[in-house]
Amino acid sequence: MTASSPLIATRGVTRVLPGIVPTTLVHNIDLAIGENEFVAITGPSGSGKSSLLYLLGLLDLPTEGEVLIRGRATAHMSEEERAATRLSTLGFVFQFHFLLLEFTARENIMLPMRALGRLSALAMHERAGDLLGALGLGEHRDKRPDQLSGGQRQRVAVARALANDPPVILADEPTGSLDSKSSEQVFAILRELVDAHGKTVVAVTHDLGLAARMDRRVQLVDGGIVSDEAATPALTGG
Amino acid sequence: MNLVLDIAWTHVSARVRQTAFAVAGVATGVGFSIMMAALMEGSQQDFMRQLINALPHITVSDERRVPPPQPADAAYAAAEIHGLTPSTRRKGIKNPLAIMASLEPWLPGAIAPSVQTKGILRYASRDVPVNITGIDPQREPKVSQLAEQLRQGTLTSLYRTSNAMILGDRLAEKIGARVGSNLTVQTSAGAKLNAQVVGLSHTGIRSVDEATCYVLIKTGQIIEQQTGLVNEMRVRVRDPMQARAVGARIEEETGYKSVSWQEAHEDLLSSFVIRNIIMYTVVGAILLVASFGTYNIISTITHEKARDIAIMKSLGLAERTVRSIFVIEALIIGFAGGIVGFALGYVLCIGLGAIEIKSPFVDMTHLPLVYAPLHYGIALGVALASSLAAGYLPARKAARVHPVDIIRGAT
Repeated sequence: MTASSPLIATRGVTRVLPGIVPTTLVHNIDLAIGENEFVAITGPSGSGKSSLLYLLGLLDLPTEGEVLIRGRATAHMSEEERAATRLSTLGFVFQFHFLLLEFTARENIMLPMRALGRLSALAMHERAGDLLGALGLGEHRDKRPDQLSGGQRQRVAVARALANDPPVILADEPTGSLDSKSSEQVFAILRELVDAHGKTVVAVTHDLGLAARMDRRVQLVDGGIVSDEAATPALTGG
Repeated sequence: MNLVLDIAWTHVSARVRQTAFAVAGVATGVGFSIMMAALMEGSQQDFMRQLINALPHITVSDERRVPPPQPADAAYAAAEIHGLTPSTRRKGIKNPLAIMASLEPWLPGAIAPSVQTKGILRYASRDVPVNITGIDPQREPKVSQLAEQLRQGTLTSLYRTSNAMILGDRLAEKIGARVGSNLTVQTSAGAKLNAQVVGLSHTGIRSVDEATCYVLIKTGQIIEQQTGLVNEMRVRVRDPMQARAVGARIEEETGYKSVSWQEAHEDLLSSFVIRNIIMYTVVGAILLVASFGTYNIISTITHEKARDIAIMKSLGLAERTVRSIFVIEALIIGFAGGIVGFALGYVLCIGLGAIEIKSPFVDMTHLPLVYAPLHYGIALGVALASSLAAGYLPARKAARVHPVDIIRGAT
């Protein structure tokens, strides 16, 4: 990555769902997100927020345009290359915790680490324990998801997203299913990731109050960007 | 534990009842396959053992497969001979002792001379056609089981009296003779001989026991009215399966037609091949049916775990890895079914082996069974292969799940 190239960028990205009547999810999106940013993607329901996040996270492929990760085009990546990129560069947090129910909190966090295979078993155990401790879940490490509260599960999901120490965390309505107290806890964690650990967090939210507390707000309407507040001019190329 | 194995094990162990049913399905298939293979091969081996024991492994007769070359063949490059009447030659194998001496140094077994002839056995005004075999009681135990198959008397009993004779037990029963009975043997050439029964044999093959009697070589030569005649040499090899190759070498060295037991019973052996094909087809079908259970459970798991698959893929697990998880699950079921099936198959074999058979038509008292590791290996191999196939299809489908579709559906 060069000094001026963004961490994640899109160039004219359009995603159309095929069908008898094709549905355009997002169209002609140009976006650049740099290091250590805290970006909110907002907009009304059906505006394409989550679709854009899935495209940024290489979970979906654009119909037109391209997504670049650290300046590298992803359009021609194989399924395995995209999976490897997700594993090492991107961390996901969804509206629902999406933890594997048969595994304990620690085992869930170790899953991406084991898939990447960079650490020894002992180091993975330690890191999972550290992450749980840092998120206030030290005493719950051996509990299964069904033994945890909603807020605790979501914090485990955040810890899992951080397991491989990715530079980018993509969060899809991370507080959407939580009560206000738990929402606040999760938001505080995301904020700390940006401020204290230099991570980039891109979060989809329809909560304008929450979005207002983030550093940058990208607003979508009908699949297109209508505003991009506090964007860094150097990164957007504008 | 490896991640793939760990997830696969967690999935199957979390569904105890479903997994147990799938394992039971495979185990039943494996168990019955093992039992069937043991029974089929047992009966085949028993039949072959009787066949091999009752008859010589190789029979060298005073015949030639191709007529001897004519002098004209040797004198001219192109000669065609029609309507040739071969010269009358003396019956029997020439220089049998010299031939045996030349074969014995390399022969992996033993060889014995004999005289084969046919005659009519007359006793108590009953005439029965019989095959008369002249044997050497010293060499005979090395080439046949006759000594062990004697119900009464011994081979050396043939020396006890002049013109002594051992009868097949069914033949004796047919004519009402017993040890000590005096019989008359007559041949088509007009030879007539009084003989005394000194023993009874039982091979278990009805056609042999009903129509065979044994005498000394010398007695056989008297019946054939030819001094010094040996018209057959019988060979027993240590490994009966080598009989074909050994027979070919004997024929090459002596020029006399040497027929191995395999050649003599080619039709039977080819029927065994067909039997084996049928057996393995049935075994394969049983395991195929069992694999439907495996397919069912893997399909259910992949369906239930669609959300987990989407999550694993979103975390960065490749399609190949996800596919491996479900294939491993199928293999775990196949392997567990195989191991349980081993125990089931063994118990079934023991149960079958314990059944007593009381029939006047068969000699055996229990079903012949073979406990061969190969049967277990094949059953496990087929179980794993069918489980692999049964698991692969739903696994491939599961691995192709588009995570976004599942995640959208869940939110």
